[in-house]
Amino acid sequence: MTPIDMAIQAGIWALEILAIAAPVALSVAYITYFERRIIGWVQVRQGCNRVGPAGLLQPLADGLKLFLKETIIPARANKLLFVGAPLMSLVPALIAFAVVPFGETSLFGIWDTPHVMAISNLNMGLLYVMAISSLSIYGVLMAGWASNSKYPIIGSIRSTCQMISYEIAMGFGLVTVMMLAGSLNLSDIVHAQAGGILHWYMIPLFPMLIVYFISGCAEVGRTPFDLTETEELVSGYHTEYSGMWFATFSLAEYGAMILISLMTSILFLGGWYAPIPALDIIPGTVWLLGKSAFLIFVFIWFRATFPRYRYDQMMRLGWKIFLPWTLGWIFVVGLFIYTPGLDSIIDFWLAWR
Amino acid sequence: MLKRAFKTWFLWELLIGLSVTGRYLFKKKITVEYPEQKTPLSPRFRGLHALRRYESGEERCIACKLCEVVCPATAIWIESEERDDGSRRTTRYDIDFSKCIYCGFCQEACPVDAIVETQEFEYACETRAELYYDKKMLLANGDRYEKQIAANLAADARYS
Repeated sequence: MTPIDMAIQAGIWALEILAIAAPVALSVAYITYFERRIIGWVQVRQGCNRVGPAGLLQPLADGLKLFLKETIIPARANKLLFVGAPLMSLVPALIAFAVVPFGETSLFGIWDTPHVMAISNLNMGLLYVMAISSLSIYGVLMAGWASNSKYPIIGSIRSTCQMISYEIAMGFGLVTVMMLAGSLNLSDIVHAQAGGILHWYMIPLFPMLIVYFISGCAEVGRTPFDLTETEELVSGYHTEYSGMWFATFSLAEYGAMILISLMTSILFLGGWYAPIPALDIIPGTVWLLGKSAFLIFVFIWFRATFPRYRYDQMMRLGWKIFLPWTLGWIFVVGLFIYTPGLDSIIDFWLAWR
Repeated sequence: MLKRAFKTWFLWELLIGLSVTGRYLFKKKITVEYPEQKTPLSPRFRGLHALRRYESGEERCIACKLCEVVCPATAIWIESEERDDGSRRTTRYDIDFSKCIYCGFCQEACPVDAIVETQEFEYACETRAELYYDKKMLLANGDRYEKQIAANLAADARYS
């Protein structure tokens, strides 16, 4: 490989990264807008509709405000960790998108075989996403500790406990997907669900879909599980943050929310496949983004509906309900796969046999 | 027992909650978007004050100072003198709207319906001095809103 080839390859990678990171940042801004509108509508209000037509410029105004605000670093805080913590939570949320396949394309027939639209079509994709999204815990922990203040440390300890607890249920939920698909590659998992809504993993793994999505809520720290950011804790681990560093935390939170929605669509809702094979003429990316958009709406819907959990209730749900259910479902799926007679039922979803 | 287990494991109550908020999502919104839309005002609405005139152009106020006396916030300040034709008239009639509590006692006390409260409420300003209205400004208010004031007094007449 000559240096020129390497430079071209690096340029292509940079473009690919930009093509995913920029829409993610933009959609984060507009998710905040739609969140405010939808919660407003649920409460029989209008929501923000003043800045620009139908309030569509509101995210820009918010962004500008956050840019112009002063960043306050407390005098007794550990400055390096204090500044590093928001980055530590944002970076994992963004680099996890590297393996997400956004669809398949043959580039209008130029390529003979359809290529998967992902920055990296990693064979360990599922494991990579799990590993990287766990890393954002460090950002929360660092933020709480570096603030050198009481409420942030309590909030960050709660957040950390919550994320670690729910990651276990999430991870075991994904084991069932692995058992059916026989692969950790996200595009292979989607391929295994080809052929209409009956082939989607939400049919055999419906409880896991629920567990994964609700654990996702907890992982991101959104409403039923936002006890780590309550008023009682003065908004938890980011009490001391202001301006752009504060915005970085919410950018990470919403980025993780998009990621969870995309992952749920890919793992359980057939990824880029249409519910009826005949509808596959519509590009797969549209289906994937549509499914994810609906799940993001469900996130917002949850926020408009549910009161938040208490700390002990949250722990009870994670350890005593979700963990046994996921372990039980792994057992049931394993039983179906390896018991003669029962395996004919599950063969319908088994891609690797 | 079975029913309860069913409800628990299928998150039944949560689904009911979601359906309620889902229905409210499409309900008609009750927000009044203020600068474009306004709520209807009662004829008895107590807003900015005005001093009225008779149809001849003669001011109604006879400087009896009942309003000054009744004012619980002491927001009204009146000085009076004998005019050339021998009638008693105010030389000064000031209302400080930073003190006024819009109770409407002055309007009730007035024997000649001179001081009244209009339905005008959009007179926010940037300094306290601008909230201090003198006789000329109050008379001007009366001239400006006379039609509205007369209609409101007529609408309320059978109750007073």
